Amino acid sequence: MTALLPRRGLAQILALIVILAVDRVVSPQFFDLRLQDGRLFGSLIDVLNRGTPVALLSLGMVLVIATRGIDLSVGAVMAICGAIAASLADSHSLPVVLAAALGAGLVCGLWNGFLVAVLGMQPIVATLILMVAGRGIAQLITEGRIVTFSSPDLVWLGNGSVLGLPVPVVIALGMLILTGAVVRGSALGLLIEATGGNARASELSGVGTRAMILSVYVWCGVCAALAGVIAAADIMGADANNAGLWLELDAILAVVIGGTSLFGGRFSLVLAVLGALIIQTMNTGILLSGYPPEFNLLVKAVVVLAVLLLQSPKLSGFAGIAARLRRTKA
Amino acid sequence: MTLKALFAASATTALLLALPASAAELTIGFSQIGSESGWRAAETSVSKQEAAKRKVNLKIADAQQKQENQIKAIRSFIAQNVDAIFLAPVVSTGWDSVLKEAKEAKIPVVLLDRDIDPSGKELYLTAVTSDSVHEGAVAGDWLAKTVGTKPCNIVELQGTVGASVAANRKKGFDTAIAKHANLKVVRSQTGDFTRAKGKEVMESFIKAEGGGKNICAVYAHNDDMMVGAIQAMKEAGLKPGKDILTVSIDAVPDIFKAMVAGEANATVELTPNMAGPAFDAVAAFKEKGTVPPKWIQTESRLLTAADNPQKEYDSKKGLGY
Repeated sequence: MTALLPRRGLAQILALIVILAVDRVVSPQFFDLRLQDGRLFGSLIDVLNRGTPVALLSLGMVLVIATRGIDLSVGAVMAICGAIAASLADSHSLPVVLAAALGAGLVCGLWNGFLVAVLGMQPIVATLILMVAGRGIAQLITEGRIVTFSSPDLVWLGNGSVLGLPVPVVIALGMLILTGAVVRGSALGLLIEATGGNARASELSGVGTRAMILSVYVWCGVCAALAGVIAAADIMGADANNAGLWLELDAILAVVIGGTSLFGGRFSLVLAVLGALIIQTMNTGILLSGYPPEFNLLVKAVVVLAVLLLQSPKLSGFAGIAARLRRTKA
Repeated sequence: MTLKALFAASATTALLLALPASAAELTIGFSQIGSESGWRAAETSVSKQEAAKRKVNLKIADAQQKQENQIKAIRSFIAQNVDAIFLAPVVSTGWDSVLKEAKEAKIPVVLLDRDIDPSGKELYLTAVTSDSVHEGAVAGDWLAKTVGTKPCNIVELQGTVGASVAANRKKGFDTAIAKHANLKVVRSQTGDFTRAKGKEVMESFIKAEGGGKNICAVYAHNDDMMVGAIQAMKEAGLKPGKDILTVSIDAVPDIFKAMVAGEANATVELTPNMAGPAFDAVAAFKEKGTVPPKWIQTESRLLTAADNPQKEYDSKKGLGY
């Protein structure tokens, strides 16, 4: 039974391959790719493109979870930053729009980090505040309407392409490399893991746990802001009621599917992004399958359960015992 | 000023106050749900316009999506002894006791946009709502007429699973096209009434139906999903409105923008003017005692590119959609 237990990442890759194979069965043209107006066009590109917001969220979320925290506000932060970007898009240049939106994400992250690291609030409660209030703030910015814009620069962020790949995918890839370089290229990742593993012990051995916690929430806010800008650019408008709605749960799911424990102490950026892709591969497959929409959530739940069971140490333990029993009988 | 003059003045005022308010100066309390959507905001603005037209003194209470706030607002309207109460109920149950209080105070209640559960029928004067089954049927009939006898594969973007509006708009459309063997819904999936999901689902429809070549028309349960779907078609190199016909429901300003650009064909209006017919019903009831029917159905207008979409856009964009 070593195949089920082994090095990190195998379970996720296996799951992705199985889901891709199922997608190929329900939709024979799943792997077809062609060039359309200079950009690649096909279901695989859809998976990458539509998976981008959750992948970006999971990049921030995985660091927060590594410190034994959680950020429920990312969906609302997406809505706020998307609303800011859409409101400014037609009157300001792209750098200004981006600076304002990402700045707002940073402030949201600072607020969460302040509540958790400085005031010592439970992360789930601290971020719940912004989850609820944030959507209201976004609605105030848009005045309850869908704010549309036509600025070609911002639209390009959502719908343009670089070397055939959609811009959002390139941005997500860039963020993955940047985040990886910062946390794994230095001791930062280790310090974050130490904070999550045992905050008190880390503090006593000289780790600035407060700074660690504050910075992961800030990064999470910035990632959410970027996801929000991309979501707004995609539909050329900011929909404060629906942008990022429930995506905090998908982001947490992506992190968990990626094998990161909610108890903190260790994390993998690549596997969290892979988790986001697993979720989107499944979503796209469901849409292509032609089943009635009433089944969407049911199928999703069953697949997620299967992927998590695949990673469960207890289940692998049972499988090991069964194998040993069989061997002794023989 | 002498004491006598003062007495005379106050007597006149008292007399004026005691006079019954004339029919042209009705005071009506309106318990609005809150700002849940652009349509809701437009309904509030149109209600104010219609009230101003008729010189009705309209008091609007925003309930912020909470039933307890609506009940409080109705009680306060009863205490102010208004001439009638309009209620856009946030939920369909739990209104019996407060509506009984209004009935005892002899204040007629008119429901706007949504109905309440059947047990309370005698507690309100009338309900002004749209028939969402009919809306779907208007969309289906337009498509059948436009397509003629050609075979036509339709893809459908449904509203949120479980929402009664989505189920009704599907039912009406299905019934309308059932009479035409050449029309067939080949794919149907939920787009949650949002632009983003409408776009994502349309992308998958295009991939699943030979790059969109097998799709002749899109039917969306609301305009927002259609706006997303139009983007998806354009990105796939298709021409919405020409290669693929579009018909959706609601008539929000942005669908008229798409129509002006030739990218959308038709929409069925869910009118934000629910208050207008309600004002007329209340005025007739107060003046002549005419009891209106229990249900006043609003018109579901079909609007196409031939109906001056630019004018529709201009008239709707300031309403708060």
